[in-house]
Amino acid sequence: MAFDPERAAIRFGCGLAPDIAPPRSATEMLDRLAEPDTAAHRFPVPAIDTVLHGLVEIARLSRTARAASGSAERDAARDSRKARLRAMRLEAGGWFRHALLRRITTNDGFRERLVSFWGDHFTAHGKGPARHLSYLPYLEDAIRPHVTERFADMLKAVITHPVLLRYLDQPRSAGPSSRAARRRGGPGLNENLAREVLELHTLGVGASYTPRDVRALATLFTGLSIAPDRGFVFRENLAEPGQITVLNRVYGGKSPSLRHVFQALEDLAAHPATALHLARKLARHFVSDTPDPALISALQARYIETDGTLSALYESLLDHPSAWRPEAGNVKQPFDFMASALRALGLMPEDLPTDPGRLRRLLHTPLGLMGQPFGQPRAPDGWPEADADWITPQGMAARLNWAMTVPTALADRLPDPRVFAATALGSRIPEPVRFAAAAAETRADGVALVLSAPAFQRM
Amino acid sequence: MTRPSSLTRRGMMLRSFALGCSVSASPLLTPVSFASLPGEGRLVVIILRGGMDGLDVVRPVGDVDFAALRPETDTPGFALDGFFELHPALGGLYPLWRSEELSFAHAVSTPYRDKRSHFDGQDMLETGGGGATPGRTRSGWLNRLVQTIPGATSDIAYAIGRENMLLLTGDAPVSNWSPEAAMSLNPQARRLLELVTHDDPLFREALAEALLLSSAERNDVVGAVSADPNGMMPSDRESRTPRRREAGVQAITRFAADRLRREARIAAFSVSGFDTHVRQTQALPRALSHVQDAILTLRRHLGQIWQHTAVLAMTEFGRTARFNGTGGTDHGTAGVVLMAGGALKGGRVITDWPGLSEADLYARRDLHPTRDLRALAGWVMHDLFGTAPSVITGSVFPAVDLDRNPRLLL
Repeated sequence: MAFDPERAAIRFGCGLAPDIAPPRSATEMLDRLAEPDTAAHRFPVPAIDTVLHGLVEIARLSRTARAASGSAERDAARDSRKARLRAMRLEAGGWFRHALLRRITTNDGFRERLVSFWGDHFTAHGKGPARHLSYLPYLEDAIRPHVTERFADMLKAVITHPVLLRYLDQPRSAGPSSRAARRRGGPGLNENLAREVLELHTLGVGASYTPRDVRALATLFTGLSIAPDRGFVFRENLAEPGQITVLNRVYGGKSPSLRHVFQALEDLAAHPATALHLARKLARHFVSDTPDPALISALQARYIETDGTLSALYESLLDHPSAWRPEAGNVKQPFDFMASALRALGLMPEDLPTDPGRLRRLLHTPLGLMGQPFGQPRAPDGWPEADADWITPQGMAARLNWAMTVPTALADRLPDPRVFAATALGSRIPEPVRFAAAAAETRADGVALVLSAPAFQRM
Repeated sequence: MTRPSSLTRRGMMLRSFALGCSVSASPLLTPVSFASLPGEGRLVVIILRGGMDGLDVVRPVGDVDFAALRPETDTPGFALDGFFELHPALGGLYPLWRSEELSFAHAVSTPYRDKRSHFDGQDMLETGGGGATPGRTRSGWLNRLVQTIPGATSDIAYAIGRENMLLLTGDAPVSNWSPEAAMSLNPQARRLLELVTHDDPLFREALAEALLLSSAERNDVVGAVSADPNGMMPSDRESRTPRRREAGVQAITRFAADRLRREARIAAFSVSGFDTHVRQTQALPRALSHVQDAILTLRRHLGQIWQHTAVLAMTEFGRTARFNGTGGTDHGTAGVVLMAGGALKGGRVITDWPGLSEADLYARRDLHPTRDLRALAGWVMHDLFGTAPSVITGSVFPAVDLDRNPRLLL
């Protein structure tokens, strides 16, 4: 089994499209990754600073409302706060639209998939008023620029990103002997970030580390914090001074420093357990719920050989015969499904609604109904990978409901279902799908049947 | 349309569509289901995700060490038995305590220890420590309970909500449904959908079930509203809390109640928001309000069936005995199981209290577990469904030490 253009677009890209040729070779896919990120340039999403500035303004308006002497003043401040928050949510809706448009129009689909994969590996989203605002700027800052670099680089970028720090309760964590903790009523240690870094981001929960390692890493992480207006800061007054031993290695020195944290992250990234954990995840996500052990070993070996260089890891993935197994692959997650459906329909940027109400009703809410509220996984371990976690009765019903109603609401004119079957599925159209596309009562039903078929729902 | 002749699940579905009637009213379905009913008992399991702080929910104010450990506990709770107090955010359940429809078990946990990971903790809570061997398909203990019910059909047990609950995953047929997913299809589209999904069992079965539940839903949601015995339907506004998710909990519990009034004997869903690392005094009441709402909604909508119902609300672990530096608590060990229902011999806090002195704490930081929560769940299913202890320790909770029956039910 070897490279196949249609399979490459479906399994490792954003799907087939009427006017975008699938990649011709694995080399072409890897070359595109090395070229400039045109999709991000064409459909921009801002850095987190934009969100932070908005939140500072919102916090100021909250304080004004609380301190107001009269009810008129208070109401005015509250109204401005509400209006500001609303404006930010509308803006974030535009970023969501851009995330879809990148997938719909790109010829570098592997990049979009990798951004989602690593974004899920390092799951984080905003809290409080920022809950629905921060996910995409976080990916843009901490994930996207690093998808082809060393894993350690991405790890350092996320661990110094305000969204992940806040999500995992790090900003106020203080070392027991830090200046801050020695004050009366001062803050204490919070283990959450350290635990997830070991369990989810690097070694994996099966690896041999102890509660003492979690605590030690948490102690080493003290000082990683945020400032409301600037984002990441290293606060020396929170940081634990002295030497700290994590997994039998000693870090730190007289005065705390971000350098020590980075050294520990380098060592964690280079750990063989991390190589195995990432190899398993990558194979599982892109190839199969039960990946070929030989593929996992190949990925793990390549990761170790190349000091965790991610582009080399992808090369090894695309080179491996079991990546191209002809059997139906994983079920598309709802965002993959929705974006690939819109792409197969050949929608143009102007077809995607800019009206916030329509955008929400037709695209944002349905993702939640399919079980994947955009950027909001239930917990830091991200979205499930098993097919059966997605194709539940309610998940299936939500996919069908969407396929039946939304394409016809968005497309100027729906394609002939028989033609659409070939556009969406390529040269391998299962006989029942061919039959159903021709036998449907309406174009809308026919398109929905193609989109609902396992041949489209799987990669 | 082909019609299988045996009364398989799929066969029944096709027949009920062919008859053009709702599943609940189908004459073909009910006899089969009745034949397999394990009595009148109803079991509802609520998974409280995130690790609920048992020491804050049921506060051991009578323990001499409590005040020093938790100076942050300032708002008074509701007095339970002189030793324990109930968190004020669960005040709406206090009448149930007085009418003996509410109990707690304290200082309980699963066998999960030390790593304090949500995901592993929840896996242990939902698998019950069984079927978790690497390489084997994992199954949930509630599914394994269903497996012990002879001839159980998929409408005996419901996992409700958007997520797929491990608790009810396994070989026994169960239903998964989210009340907001109902769909309507024309007959031609339905037939073609069955055709295109036919060769992929995962899709075929999910579609069959979705069609079945969609048809039931359309009739039943209306039925649930009009069937209130005393005409005392509360307005949803009455008990609304600040968060929109709450509407989800209400819809879920109404759907659960509706199924339980019919063939269903078991329902499970989850409530999240208990991971209170930061500002617990704000976060915990919000999460608890969903639990309170779920229980009150069930009680209201179950009517007479409430008398046969036991609700178990359980969490993956408790939290640290002390507050952390950020106004919250971190992952701990033992915690509280909340039990409600008319079938309960309630008004009790069941515990072998371990104490809270430094030496009494688990690893000098957490409430020490003195009972296995799986044993409690085991005795509830024994008392509710007559499940034999040997079956419980043999397959539902393999090798669990059931200990003596705490006689949780009437």
